[in-house]
Amino acid sequence: MKEKTKFNRRDFINTGLRIGIGAGLGLIGVGLSTRSVNGKTTWQIDPAKCIQCGKCTTECVLQTSAVKCVHVTDMCGYCDLCSGYLKQGSKELNTAAENRLCPTNAIVRTFVEEPYFEYKIVEELCIACGKCVKNCGAFGNGSLQLQIQQQLCLNCNQCSIARNCPSQAITRVDTDSPYSLKGFKDLKIGG
Amino acid sequence: MKHKIKYFFLILVLSVSTFDIIAQRFPAPEFEGDYKIPQTQISKVQPVFFEYLDIAVFLATLSVITWVIIKKRSRKAVFWISVFSLLYFGFYRNGCICPVGSLQNVSMALFHPEYTIPVTAIIFFIAPLGFTLFFGRTFCAGVCPLGAIQDIIALRPVSLKPWIRYVFGLIPFIYLGLAVLYAATGTDFIICRYDPFVEFFRHSGSSLIFGIGGILLVTGIFVARPYCRFFCPYGVLLNLVSRVSRRHLSIANGKCVNCRLCESACPFDAIDKPTGLESKKDNRGLVKKMMIYGLITPVLILVTGWSVSRFHGELAHVNFKVRLAEEMMTIDKNINNATLPDEIKAFQSSGSVVENLYREAASIVYRFYVGSWILGGFIGLVFGLTLARLTIFRYRDEYLTNKGNCYSCVRCVPYCPIK
Ligand code: SF4
Ligand code: SF4
Ligand code: SF4
Ligand code: SF4
Ligand code: SF4
Repeated sequence: MKEKTKFNRRDFINTGLRIGIGAGLGLIGVGLSTRSVNGKTTWQIDPAKCIQCGKCTTECVLQTSAVKCVHVTDMCGYCDLCSGYLKQGSKELNTAAENRLCPTNAIVRTFVEEPYFEYKIVEELCIACGKCVKNCGAFGNGSLQLQIQQQLCLNCNQCSIARNCPSQAITRVDTDSPYSLKGFKDLKIGG
Repeated sequence: MKHKIKYFFLILVLSVSTFDIIAQRFPAPEFEGDYKIPQTQISKVQPVFFEYLDIAVFLATLSVITWVIIKKRSRKAVFWISVFSLLYFGFYRNGCICPVGSLQNVSMALFHPEYTIPVTAIIFFIAPLGFTLFFGRTFCAGVCPLGAIQDIIALRPVSLKPWIRYVFGLIPFIYLGLAVLYAATGTDFIICRYDPFVEFFRHSGSSLIFGIGGILLVTGIFVARPYCRFFCPYGVLLNLVSRVSRRHLSIANGKCVNCRLCESACPFDAIDKPTGLESKKDNRGLVKKMMIYGLITPVLILVTGWSVSRFHGELAHVNFKVRLAEEMMTIDKNINNATLPDEIKAFQSSGSVVENLYREAASIVYRFYVGSWILGGFIGLVFGLTLARLTIFRYRDEYLTNKGNCYSCVRCVPYCPIK
């Protein structure tokens, strides 16, 4: 008989605790869900803050970084002497390999008409070193910008580049506007 | 060399000014031919639909495994569900976001109103705790990908001495406290940073973590579920919640005949043996001991709280802003700008006021001061309660699963002759 009452008392305490914990969990859930408008957030670089330090190449958890150079074509001057394509100080207008800035040759140049050239980034080759971005920003129009390509990004709970970015340029942004490019008129989201 | 430095500085200054104005140095070309400026190409985001699919799969797996454990009591089914979880939540979804990590999102959200927490994180955090509240740690049994990878390789488990289990069992509490402190101060998600298995799921990552993961997996062959038992911070919450669970898996469903067949069936030493009748009488000294521990616990809380708060500066040093502020204070104003670290260059070029940075850093350090007192106090409380718990005597006349430590893996059930 004595055993039984004891058992009941413990049962009673357990039920009480259970209700308490359950209520606590419910409160947290309801409280937080009012603050979570979307399904998720995504990581993105603010090009206005980024200083092209080169960490994007090495700090991403992926073997080849999810960060890529994006060419905002609307801003491009189609320059013959492209500061993002050619090394500064290459005296002659010579596009020989040693004069090109990109370490992986990810920028393809095609002649359009005198004196304009079109530049394209081959995404598979780009390693997000930011060299072209830096030079284009310094001497050109700033049409080359580093962005996290959302198709490649694993959307880590904590982006490991963001943790080490010296300019703290990487933040969580709303998934509805997952890119922070500057100066574009026309954007094609696809593939 | 001098030239190079100057050149860098020039780039720096210029690049700042460029982004501030976003004016075009070179006007957009006017093409005579029929060339059209191509659109800027960027890639799609994975549709939010997949997030909800993940939530649905997660809740379904959790429900199925709970049913299998409580009603079917089938080890085989649990095993196959854990294989599924390992493949889906581990290798397919790259083990991210997981409930273990989600506790950081929740802590961060509770202290940072501006942080919009993903729905997935809320549900991944709450659902396993909710299930555990009623049915025990069914989530650990085979939904958690971290648990699953370890459970599957626990091939030659050895039994550990109780003192080892108690001492190392304190680590998860400390880890939990640190993780909450860093998330609540918006500093870092250390559980994600040191997640030992996520690198396997992604097939890439830092070699240090790969190494730790490898060591844990090899250890895991002999010491079953080493991460779960001696590191997992979320496991602490599940453990505590599970103790008051309503319908926890039991070995003999209350019909234990003390045949001792299940005695060493559990790879995690989570089966409590019957206490025997003698120990039932020998109960008086224990009450006294318990009272002593009840008295020293507050003292412990103060001592550990104070000790940990001594290190709040070191703890805060992980925070980016605190580090930056310290660097800013110590830089030589006359030093050549080009040789400064990147973060200082970036800060200087951002045009922010340094006093604001100092103020912000000071408030973060203060939060760390308060936080480290709480963390220390929490550790002291855990120490005290662990000591006290060792003295609590609870009479048992049958073999029972330890509701806190049992992962509901159902390994012990087949050993029991009572069906
Ligand atoms: S780590 Fe930050 S500053 Fe460096 S390149 Fe990436 S976004 Fe830019
Ligand atoms: S220079 Fe660097 S950032 Fe630019 S395209 Fe080449 S690899 Fe990418
Ligand atoms: S979130 Fe992860 S995958 Fe995406 S850029 Fe950051 S580290 Fe790379
Ligand atoms: S103890 Fe932690 S890692 Fe292990 S199964 Fe449970 S939640 Fe997962
Ligand atoms: S179900 Fe049985 S074997 Fe599995 S952890 Fe629990 S007590 Fe141990």
